[in-house]
Amino acid sequence: MSDTKSYGFDTLQIHAGSQPDPTTGARQTPIYQTTSYVFRDAEHAAALFNLQEVGYIYSRLTNPTVAVLQERVATLEGGVGAVGCSSGHAAQIMSLFPLMRPGDNIITSNRLYGGTVTQFSQTIKRFGWSATFVDIDDTAAIEAAADENTKAIFCESIANPGGHVADIAAVAAVANKLQVPLIVDNTSATPYLCRPIEQGAHLVVHSTTKYLTGNGTVTGGVVVDSGNFDWTAAGKHPSMTEPEPAYHGLKFHETFGPMAFTFHSIAIGLRDLGMTMAPQSAFQTLLGIETLSLRMQRHVENAQKIATWLENDPRVDFVTYAGLPSSPYAERVAKAYPRGAGALFTFAVKGGYEACVKLVDSVEIFSHVANLGDTRSLIIHSASTTHRQLTPEQQEAAGAAPNVVRLSIGIEDPEDLIRDLDQALSAATA
Amino acid sequence: MSEAPNYSDTHLRTILGRTRTIALVGVSPNPVRPSNYVARYLSTRGYRVIPVNPGHVGKTMFGAPIVESLSAIPASEGPIHMVDIFRRAEHAGAVVDEALTVLLPRGLQTIWMQIGVIDTEAAKRAEEKGVDVVMDRCPKLEHQRLHGELRKAGFNTGRISARLPR
Repeated sequence: MSDTKSYGFDTLQIHAGSQPDPTTGARQTPIYQTTSYVFRDAEHAAALFNLQEVGYIYSRLTNPTVAVLQERVATLEGGVGAVGCSSGHAAQIMSLFPLMRPGDNIITSNRLYGGTVTQFSQTIKRFGWSATFVDIDDTAAIEAAADENTKAIFCESIANPGGHVADIAAVAAVANKLQVPLIVDNTSATPYLCRPIEQGAHLVVHSTTKYLTGNGTVTGGVVVDSGNFDWTAAGKHPSMTEPEPAYHGLKFHETFGPMAFTFHSIAIGLRDLGMTMAPQSAFQTLLGIETLSLRMQRHVENAQKIATWLENDPRVDFVTYAGLPSSPYAERVAKAYPRGAGALFTFAVKGGYEACVKLVDSVEIFSHVANLGDTRSLIIHSASTTHRQLTPEQQEAAGAAPNVVRLSIGIEDPEDLIRDLDQALSAATA
Repeated sequence: MSEAPNYSDTHLRTILGRTRTIALVGVSPNPVRPSNYVARYLSTRGYRVIPVNPGHVGKTMFGAPIVESLSAIPASEGPIHMVDIFRRAEHAGAVVDEALTVLLPRGLQTIWMQIGVIDTEAAKRAEEKGVDVVMDRCPKLEHQRLHGELRKAGFNTGRISARLPR
């Protein structure tokens, strides 16, 4: 699509989408804290509302600060465009909204963040949508689960709470066969470790709250479109191909080609669902992305050290980190995630549920929070918190069994983190 | 869709920069048709737009009378630098051949085929005569992208620069 391929990741994470402010010369992206934008004249206003011109109307739809973030993430992921949302959960709904009608379904991995399992198994039913949960490594199971109302496949690249990495190319092959888009949640991997579009994914979602922002300050999400899904050929997604009554019968794919999904997300999705990202949030996330590659290198390096230490500790039953040579996914990581398997994993404490709870209460440097992807190291007992709404079977499938603790390894000194886990394990298993 | 040909930003920028007059074949007077969006947009960006559609001869679009065919464009229009084809791929070849016959002596530089329109054989015939061909793209979307307009809506424009925009 463009020539940005000639720039490296470290350059793009700083420059993509951002140019000095044309009015003031401000070098850092300004926070455009405004709800609305003055039209040049009545004709200009009408053309903007008709989608004949691209520009700013109202910050529920577009905002100059948010637009920089959208272009930056779209560029880092290798997509044609992106739309910002108020949270990762909002981004998930926004990714499905153009694809689904009442009665439609998605096929999704059963290894997901607990909140996503709940969103997909319960909340989307209110829209008349449903989800079938499968082992995403079992491509035959994906195919068997599909019917004529299946409109998308969903998985996480590096699954939360950790230990599993998806074979995106294999899942994308099934998606292409079924003529439905593959949506990959790339939150835990970030585009530095994994670029799902290069492996065949059609849409990518992020909770930008996590590594992209990196400092635990703001919530946000994005949906990136590859521009590679042929909506007209598939003929399964009327919002993309059929006349849109709210725009006098305009057909999005016919009018906007590979940019149809993103235009629809702004013109219909943000307009009517209103799950918009705030400009202040976009600014904080842009600051974070400037150092993404440096932080991810250190996150992975630290995670590797700590997972290795834990695996050799007699107080620990097992460690699920996909970056360990003992992981069943070691080969997949080497091939599809060559820069590392992230910094999110679980480990099982001898002593089960009680020992896990004791451990979480005994750490000093690790923060006991329901977030991940912070510069700070984080710890949580998923079964009693993030994955609490799940059945025991769902917890087991998601990798959040009662005897495991989830770690999100930060960028502190690894020796300090190991020392903290050592004393907390002693307290927990005493 | 057939595999999309690849064009560099520099090449597309050159084409859109040197073009002044564009004949749009198959353009529709219906304001929600994509071709109408393209004609309107190009006419507001300094291009002279000549609508070509045998079904609507006599009407005007954006100040220009609709003509029956490329051959029917009056000499008073001056040089025609580009032909933009809004016809299905199976009809594109005939438009290309007509363009090469009647517009080559009138300054034709580029034949552009819209998104979804690919005719490799016709493209070869045009390129042999020294005419640049762009297929499966939209000149409006490319112009909006290359001029940073799509940046406002979060699209990947490919523009990387630390200079103050002009």
